[in-house]
Amino acid sequence: MSRSYIPHFVHWLGSPPNFYRFAGAWRPWLMAAALIAGAIGLYGGLVLAPPDYQQGDAYRIIFIHVPSAWMSLFIYAGMAVAGLIALVWRVKLAEVVAMESAPIGAAFTFITLVTGSLWGKPMWGTWWTWDARLTSELVLLFLYLGVIGLYHAFEDRRRGARAASLLALVGIVNLPIVHYSVQWWNTLHQGSTVNLFGHSLIASSMLWPLLVMALATHLYYFASLLGRARADLLELEGGKQWVRELVLEESR
Amino acid sequence: MNPVRKRRLIITLLILGAVAIATGLSVFALQQNMTYLYSPTEVDAGKAPHHGQFRLGGIVKEGSIHRVPGSLTTDFVITDRFQNIPVQYTGILPDLFRVGQSTITTGKMENGTFVATTVLAKHDETYMPPQVEQAIVKAREENRIPKTAQGGGAP
Repeated sequence: MSRSYIPHFVHWLGSPPNFYRFAGAWRPWLMAAALIAGAIGLYGGLVLAPPDYQQGDAYRIIFIHVPSAWMSLFIYAGMAVAGLIALVWRVKLAEVVAMESAPIGAAFTFITLVTGSLWGKPMWGTWWTWDARLTSELVLLFLYLGVIGLYHAFEDRRRGARAASLLALVGIVNLPIVHYSVQWWNTLHQGSTVNLFGHSLIASSMLWPLLVMALATHLYYFASLLGRARADLLELEGGKQWVRELVLEESR
Repeated sequence: MNPVRKRRLIITLLILGAVAIATGLSVFALQQNMTYLYSPTEVDAGKAPHHGQFRLGGIVKEGSIHRVPGSLTTDFVITDRFQNIPVQYTGILPDLFRVGQSTITTGKMENGTFVATTVLAKHDETYMPPQVEQAIVKAREENRIPKTAQGGGAP
């Protein structure tokens, strides 16, 4: 394999001992930044932002619901890309990243469904309805749970990770369905409010806390992923020389 | 790229492609069955089920809400600005139910009236403070902006 087109840094990071140290150095900073951004976003959303013209204060659940929904899609895409690298190149770190992303993504998907349901009862008049957006998001949760379950069903963890990576990769067809469901079909769920390119249908006093919350959830995901991957690498590489040296170093 | 990895990459991409095509075809085939609701125009054209239950979506017509005294029964008209369908519902209405609001009702047609068993209010994708909304209403009254500029959201 010619390695010239892959940056040296990626190769360096792909080695478990290097990643272990890198993750250990970055995790506290990312977590701190996530907490600060989360505090600013929540204060802006729950206190500073004005009430909505139709929903009053009940709309404020979007500051949790919408960033979680974005994360549920973002983490799945990341998991699938890591899964592809794990399947084709058999990079151990890619397997770890894919498998440790799944529980975080599942948690965000669950939060999305629960907060949406809590909002749906007073506003729409129902906890749940089988419209395309809600159903495809539920399918996304089942995909996450399937990936987690399949991974743990194998005795050999690396084989399990590859099998689950294939499921994660195949499940990526659900992402455009979740995103475009509100355009392709008549749904009870409203269309997209925030558009990356072009005009967003939300007042700027409500938009900025939403974007800060989105930043906070991304930071939290990376911090959480680094921590989980570190623990997983130690377990996977248990008998290796670098882990032994690390343990000796720490116990001294 | 060495041959083994190349083969793995090709096989993986082929599987992904096959699943994507299968899903695309299923979604396309389900387009009809996935219809969450029918508009009054579609009902008028006979596209909705004649006897079974279906969902009717549209806007609550201005001045059409009548509450039957001494009961939870409400009569109103659902419109898509082309066709009107009278609806009768007994039960508690959601917070967002009001004139001009996108609404989805489930029920069936009985003698030209849609007897609903549930009424759901659809929210549009616009969020703004009440002051801004009042300013827009005022501007609209003075014909400063076109009526389609904001709000109401087609179902």
